[in-house]
This record gives sequence, C-alpha cells and structure tokens, in this order.
Amino acid sequence: MTTALNGEQLAEKIIKASPDAVVAVDKGAVVVKSESLYQVAEFLKNTPELDFDYLVNLTVVDYMDYFEVVYHLVSLKHNHSLVLKTRCRDREKPVVPSVVGLWRSADFQEREVYDLMGIVFDGHPNLKRLLLWEGFVGHPLRRDYL
Amino acid sequence: MTLLEQFQLWLGGIWPDWAAYIVPGIVGILVVLGFVVISVIVFIWYERRLLGRFQIRLGPNRLGPEGIFQPLATALKILLKEDIVPAMGDKIIHWLAPVIVFVPVLMVFAVVPFGEKAILADLNVGIVYVVAISSVSAVGIYMAGWASNNKYALIAALRTVAQMVSYELPVVLAILGVVLMAGSMSMTQIVTAQTLPFIIFQPLGFVIFFLGTVAEMNRSPFDLLEADSEIVAGYHIEYSGMKFAMFYLGEYGHALAYACIISTLFLGGWQGPFLPPIIWLMIKVVAVFSVIVWMRATLPRLRVDQLMAFAWKGLLPMAIINLFIIAAEVLLLPEITPWIIVAMNFVFAGVLIVLWSKLFTLGGGRVEV
Amino acid sequence: MAIRTEPFILNMGPQHPSTHGVFRMKVTLDGEVVVDLEPVIGYLHRGIEKLGETRTYTQIIPLTDRLDYVASMTNNFAYVLAVEKLAGIKIPERAEYIRIIMAETMRISSHLMAVGFFLNDLGAMMTPVLYMWREREKLLDLYEMVCGQRLTYNYMRIGGVSHDLPEEFLPAMKKWVAEMPRFIDEYDQLLSQNEILLARTKGVCILPRDTAVSIAASGPVLRASGVKWDLRKADPYSIYDRFDFEVPVGTVGDNYDRYWVRMQEARQSVRILEQAIAQLPEGEVCAKVPKLLRPPVGEAYGHIEAPKGELGFYLVSDNSIAPYRFHIRPPTLINLTALKDMVIGWKVADLIITFGSIDVCLGEIDR
Repeated sequence: MTTALNGEQLAEKIIKASPDAVVAVDKGAVVVKSESLYQVAEFLKNTPELDFDYLVNLTVVDYMDYFEVVYHLVSLKHNHSLVLKTRCRDREKPVVPSVVGLWRSADFQEREVYDLMGIVFDGHPNLKRLLLWEGFVGHPLRRDYL
Repeated sequence: MTLLEQFQLWLGGIWPDWAAYIVPGIVGILVVLGFVVISVIVFIWYERRLLGRFQIRLGPNRLGPEGIFQPLATALKILLKEDIVPAMGDKIIHWLAPVIVFVPVLMVFAVVPFGEKAILADLNVGIVYVVAISSVSAVGIYMAGWASNNKYALIAALRTVAQMVSYELPVVLAILGVVLMAGSMSMTQIVTAQTLPFIIFQPLGFVIFFLGTVAEMNRSPFDLLEADSEIVAGYHIEYSGMKFAMFYLGEYGHALAYACIISTLFLGGWQGPFLPPIIWLMIKVVAVFSVIVWMRATLPRLRVDQLMAFAWKGLLPMAIINLFIIAAEVLLLPEITPWIIVAMNFVFAGVLIVLWSKLFTLGGGRVEV
Repeated sequence: MAIRTEPFILNMGPQHPSTHGVFRMKVTLDGEVVVDLEPVIGYLHRGIEKLGETRTYTQIIPLTDRLDYVASMTNNFAYVLAVEKLAGIKIPERAEYIRIIMAETMRISSHLMAVGFFLNDLGAMMTPVLYMWREREKLLDLYEMVCGQRLTYNYMRIGGVSHDLPEEFLPAMKKWVAEMPRFIDEYDQLLSQNEILLARTKGVCILPRDTAVSIAASGPVLRASGVKWDLRKADPYSIYDRFDFEVPVGTVGDNYDRYWVRMQEARQSVRILEQAIAQLPEGEVCAKVPKLLRPPVGEAYGHIEAPKGELGFYLVSDNSIAPYRFHIRPPTLINLTALKDMVIGWKVADLIITFGSIDVCLGEIDR
C-alpha cells in the first residue's frame, strides 16, 4: 500500500532544508512558494529517505484568485507519496519554475498545462502548445474562458 | 521444333514469308498474354481467398461462385478511377514507370516452357534471358519512386535498388548450379535434364533461389518496397487508376513468372505422369504460389539492414559454396548413381544451414547520430 | 570522395496506417536512420476536461468511455474510484468483484489488441491481429450481454455498477476463462519464437530503467524496463489485495520485453479472473447514492493500473453537483515522452514498431 506522507511532518523537514519556503500545510499536501519550488523539489528528489523519483501527475487548478499547480510525487523505492503544491497569483503572466530538469515526465504535462491554462514554466526546454494549434487565442481550461 | 515453328513452317507454304513469320508470332504472343492475364486474375482471387483462410475469415465470396469474379469487379473499379499525377512530379517518368515494370514481366513468359514443344522462343540462353529481363523491373520501380516526388516513394525507390542488386547475386549463383547439372541454359533442356527434379539434387540451391526470388518479387517477408506499415505503399503511393493496376498486375505477374521459373528449374517443369504437361506445370506453380502466400500470411517483415545482411552474409556465401559443391560433383563424379549425390547434397545443405544459423546474426543495431 | 548529404524531414501522419489514430511525427532522417523526432498531437482533442466541469458527476462517466476506447470500462473504473474516494462512498462486495472481472477482461482485450497491432506494425499482415480478435470478439459479446454495448460501455456507476450480471453471463465467462490459456499458448507458439520477430525486437530501442522512471512511464512500458511497479500490488485499490497473481517484469526494456510483458500479463489476468469468478458473492450491485451527488469540499486523486499504464483522475470538489476541476492523467501521453529517447539512431522501421510497443490510444492522449 502506498503510504501518503503526512504533510505536516514533511513540512518540518522542508523548512529545515529551505526556510520560509512553505506557505501552507495540511494533512495531505504541502504548499510552497513558487520561487523556492525547484529547491524544494530538488530536496525531495535527492534526499535518500524521501527519494521521490517518480512524478506521477502534474496539473493546475484555477481558483480565480490564484492558480494552484499540483504535483503528485511517488517514491518507487519507499512506496510513499506526497502532494506538493505551489500557488501563483498573477493572472496575466503566471510563471512557475519548471521541474523538467528533475523529472522528465513533466515535459508533456507542463506543455499541456501551458497550453490549456496559460502558465509559463520558466526553464522548460520546449514550451509550445501541445493539444491546441499554434495561434490559438486564450487558454480554454481557465474558469473565465467561455 | 516448337509448336510455333511448326505453325510458321506450315503457313510458309501458303503465305508469303514475312506474313508466315509475323502472324504465328502474334498469335503465339496473344495466346501467352491471354493466359498470363487470366491466370493473374485467378491468382489474385486465389491469394485473397487463401489469405482469408489463413486469417480465419472468408475472403471475397460474393461475386460469382466462391467470389471468382471479385478481381474483375476490382479491375473495373480501378479502370474507372481518376488518374492522378502529382503536380510537382516528373510527368513523363511517372507515366513510363508502370509500363517498364509491367512489360518485362510479360517478356519473361516468352521462354517459359508450358509443354515439351509449347514455348514461344526456345532460346539457347533462356535462363540468362530471364535474369536479364526480370531485373529491368527494378529500374521501373526506381523511376516510379523518383517521379512521384514523394518522400515515402523515394525511400522505397532507394530500398529497391539496394534490394534488387543484392538478391540478384545469390539467385544467379543458384541458377548456375542448375545450369551446371543440366548442361544447358535452354529452358526446355533444363526440364528434360530433370529425370529427378533438381530440388532433390540441390536442396540448398532451391532454398537460396526461392528466398532470392521472393525478395526480387517484393513479397513478404522482404516486401520493404511497399511496407504498408512503414512507408505506406512505397513506390506506388502516388499512383491511382490504371497505372496502379499496372503495378498490381505487374506484382502478381512477377509472382506467377517466378513461380513458373522455380517450377521449371527445380520441380521438373511440365514433366509428370498421366496428366497433360500444362496441368502439371500449373499444379507446381500453384503449389509454389501457395507457399509464397503462406509466408506472406505468417511472417513479419525484415528491417532494411537485416535484409541486406541476409543477402550478403547469408545467401551469397552459401550460394558460392553450393556452386562449388555442385561443380565438384559434376566434374569428379559424373557416372555415380544419382541417389548418392542426393544424399551428399542433403547432408551439405543441412550442415551449411545449421552452421549459418549458429554463426551469423541478422545484426544491425543502433547508429550513433 | 565524400558525397554531400543532408538529412530530410519526413512527416508521418496524421494519416498513416501505423499511427494508431491521428498521431503525427515530424521525423528527421539521415538515410533510413532517425536523427530527430517531434511528436505532434491534439488532432482528437475534444476538451473532455473542460466538458467535465459542466456536467454532474454521473454524467461524466460516458465521457470517460471515450478516452481509451480499446479498454473503456477501465476508464469508468478509475473515474468512479476517484469519485468514491472524494465522497467517501462504500460499495457492495458483489459490485467490487464485478468491477474486477470487467477490468481484468478489459486488460486481456487491450493487450491482445496491443500485441496484434504490434505484429501488424512489424509487417505480419493482419494475421496476428485477426487471431487476437477472435478472442476479443467473444469478450465483446460478453460485454454486450452485460450492458448492451460493444465499445463504449458506460457500465460502472458511482457506488457500484449499473446492472447485475445476467444469468447466462457467468457460464459463458467461465467457458471463456477456461479456454483462454490455450489460446495464449497458441499465440506464443505462433509468435514468441519466430526468428524474424526476435531479430526485429530483441535489443531494439531499449528504454533504460532510469529513463523509464524519470519520464514516469507506467504499465507494461515501465515493467519491461525492469521496474516492479504495478499499482495492483504497490497500492492495491478496490479488492486487488485478495487475489494471488504475479507481476511479470522485463529485463532490458527492449521491444521484445514490452511484447513479452503484455503476453505474461494476459496470463496473470486469467488467473485473477478464475479467482474472482470463484469468489463472486451474491448481493446488491450498487450502493445507495444520491442522484445529484454533492461531495464535500476537497480533492482526490484516484488511480488504477489500466492496461496501458497508470490512469489517474484528479478531482476537486466545491460541494456542487459538478466537479470544480476534472483532470485526467493519461498513461500513454506520458509514456510517449520516451519515444524520442528510444528511437534516436534506429531505423524508420524500428520507429514504427517502437511506437506500436508503447501501445498508445489517441483518444486518451488528446482527450
């Protein structure tokens, strides 16, 4: 059984590694600042007892006030999972650091999110629209796109 | 004296010389042409039905008894289709290519002996003529691929050249073994020399020749020119209507021609007890064709580098060894009972095939880019 | 003398016989060797995620049928699991078993298709496909018996399944399960030792273990690379912890391993089916669930081991009748990331079979 790690306990470890990265925390998820996202991700992936080597899912939820980027991480070795989140409030040009350098599975998923939600992943090697065609106006999965 | 020459001689007493020469020739050509076209149509039907059997389905069975008229309906449909020439293609070569593919196939039948005397032209270099004429089709296929101005077609055209050049060699070497044993290049004399079919004398030569010809007529598992799952339809991707039909007829004509040649060279041609010669030949041709269809229905396709490796590393050395063995036997043991040679050759064939399957791999791997 | 050459770009698809749908590849070729590859997708994009935000939770089930249409009941399964996780619904035993039976037959059916079309890409001219279809056809008849559909079943419901099994279903199913191992042996005989198939697939287009994990490949693609990760074992959803089966794992991650893993998984699925049919209890098939479900505010990620990999549904609820956010994690889209890595330096023919060995379904990739 994959154990979902307790967000609160994990947040303490993250704070130790990179202070003031964590914004909010609950049982299921850790929310970090978008500026320190890459740092935290690197910590999660490279710490031996965490060893999150498998980025299952990457998606974004549009809460109107802010976008919440959701990362579902799993460690194949320890068989535990974590939900990592980050928020970004700028609606015009939301930017989040890309994690393609750590988990290559983010490649297509970030492109898809960029395509449908319009979030720019800083550092993505090939950030182009994935499902829609070049020249499509707008980002259809946003709640205000009708 | 062939039937055709007898006809000419008989007419020569009645008509002027030039007419007595040309008219029987034209009649003979029309008879053979009619035979080829009709058998090709029957073969198309036969292959589709047989493939259906292999693939646990029925195949075409609606038009006429057992669906025998389905190829005719297909031909009619193809005749009515629009003839499309790519705008940026080379129009003259595009038009010429199907002709160049189709005509040599018909020309091969000039030297196929349908019976003891039933042959259009009993050339004394008959088998050389077959080899020379049938390799002209490769030029036609290359022209088709080039003139289509299509990348798939171009890949197919380049594959054609490589494949045809490679497989010509083992095929010719295997034929040489037959020629050595028969002591003649004339097709009728090769047949009459076979008191026992040459497949028994030269099992290895037969295998090499069979695989080589399957590759030459672009049938599975060597159908890289068409490779519908990779390069869609290969060289005839830009052809439609009658031109496509020419390729299609050419392909089946090729299969029929090579089945005839294989039967003639290795299976004893028209020889056989009780039944008339033409029936015997057709039985053997259908048997060979069925094996080809069987291979098509079951085997996956080789990759292009494996195809080349198979020709150059597999078939060619074996063909050379086979040729030397046959030559030595013909030279050193001319008077021995045939069964000893048969036994020896089966042992040689077995040893060589096992040895090659152990020593040599189809190879090919990743290329650093 | 060196001849001046230059690579050329070949546009494969969206209309191409081996792209399994409307997939397009921009391939740069140096002769026959693949130098670069860019997958282009989206020709089948229907905006299912956006559509889901305007439909009630039950109305989304038919949408999920249209994802991986080769194994559409597993999509239903993953979705209803996610909703049940979100709303905290407990479902009856019998429904659990029926779901397992459906999911495992779907897996066999999908793997048969995958192997058949893989061989078709290899150039075996429809014969393996038609042999595989012989068995799949019988399965489709069984599904028709259960829910009246042959392709898009719409069978599972939140809290269970829509109908109980008809009377004649179980005997027919038992007969099919009893026959199946023999047919798999037959396929093995036809294919697994074929010299040409071995030459074409062994050692070809290897996906190393590290890359497979890094791109989060899942399903047979991941397991062929030697990672023993099957959600049915690693994170047993539904009642998979009650069954005894093995997870076949490949060694090097070449095309042959991907083919082999699928064949073995079909055998294991037959084992699960035998156990599930034997243990099937009587009782209700659907829990009492309100027609307009309003799950509490929150989020849930439900995932299952679909035939093609990990299929996940991420749902966010705002306590209304429709999900606030409805996200699908399509396994084959993410497996497709590996395609470029695998085929660089190989020939066009290898590109085609490698694409076939990933076993994509465009309905799922484009959504």
